[in-house]
Amino acid sequence: MNPLRSHKSYLAFVGHRLSGVALALFLPLHFLLLGTAINDADALQRALAFTDHPLVKVAEWGLVVLLTVHLLFGLRILALEMTSWPSRYDNRTSWVIPALVISLLAGVIFWLQS
Amino acid sequence: MTNKISVSIWRGKSDGEYQTYEVELRENQTVLDIVTEVQRQHEPSLAYRFACRVGVCGSCAMTVNGVPRWTCRTHVNQVTKNNSLTIGPLRNLPVIKDLVVDMKPFFKKWQTAGASFTGGKTRHDPVATISSESPGRKAADAGIECINCAVCYSACDVVGWDDSYAGPAALNRIWTLVNDERQVNKRAVLDAAFADGGCGSCHSQGNCTRHCPVELSPSESIAALKRSAFMGLPKTGAVESNKIDTGADRES
Repeated sequence: MNPLRSHKSYLAFVGHRLSGVALALFLPLHFLLLGTAINDADALQRALAFTDHPLVKVAEWGLVVLLTVHLLFGLRILALEMTSWPSRYDNRTSWVIPALVISLLAGVIFWLQS
Repeated sequence: MTNKISVSIWRGKSDGEYQTYEVELRENQTVLDIVTEVQRQHEPSLAYRFACRVGVCGSCAMTVNGVPRWTCRTHVNQVTKNNSLTIGPLRNLPVIKDLVVDMKPFFKKWQTAGASFTGGKTRHDPVATISSESPGRKAADAGIECINCAVCYSACDVVGWDDSYAGPAALNRIWTLVNDERQVNKRAVLDAAFADGGCGSCHSQGNCTRHCPVELSPSESIAALKRSAFMGLPKTGAVESNKIDTGADRES
């Protein structure tokens, strides 16, 4: 494993960017689906029925986790760039693992409620 | 029985390859010692660069087991894995030969980014006395010890991905300039830091700070530059411009 790419700060970078790309791909499809509600009720019903498919449920769970990852890693970036650092070396890597745990918990809560 | 270590060293230009040598392990041996031994005992044509050998000049920086380091300040026993060592040239810079890279792009970007001091006084003006307690002096102090070894530049992925990116060292220098009370037209210096390839290109991966041999934090300097987009120029404190430092008040 490349030692320049196997540390928490790099993990946060990769997590934030990849979750951002995944959400950017998802949102147009999401709006497309919502758009069918205006013009074609049958198409909307078919699309909603499709979302009952187990694989779609898993994908939804993934989206909730990715959304939370993107939110929390984004907050870390904002903290780095908008506030003074506690010390010169503290780029808030201590936030990374808790952010991932919270994201998985958000996924669990979503799973239990759906 | 003598202990030996297997050392893979990059030979050739960018299209070269690693060659392996068996080198005797000694006490208190640095990676630079290993490279020197390979050149003197095994491969007289091996090209590498060093000068001071005590961590002052920064010219012996190489990639050791995938990480950029000053080889003179790296003990072999700190970095050896499975009794082997891989030594290559710095990343993100053109290879001239073997372990020697061309530093020109690094310095060129430093200049292009505007990371050079411009004062507004002549030698006939009084020396500016800067309080060591002023916020500007403290902020500049935190980043001023850079010796341009390019370890941060080599450690940074963004430098490798984006040709226009000035790199951590130049941006760290710009942060010290906007905190330097003697620097003229700081607004222009700050504006230059936000040009294409400036601080906005940093992805906060933090490799520069993790590997800086003099423990600077370019990551923090770059974050502070970004913050200036919202907060404006940092407060630096007043210059006592008429006070001349004659040395009379120094302790003997």
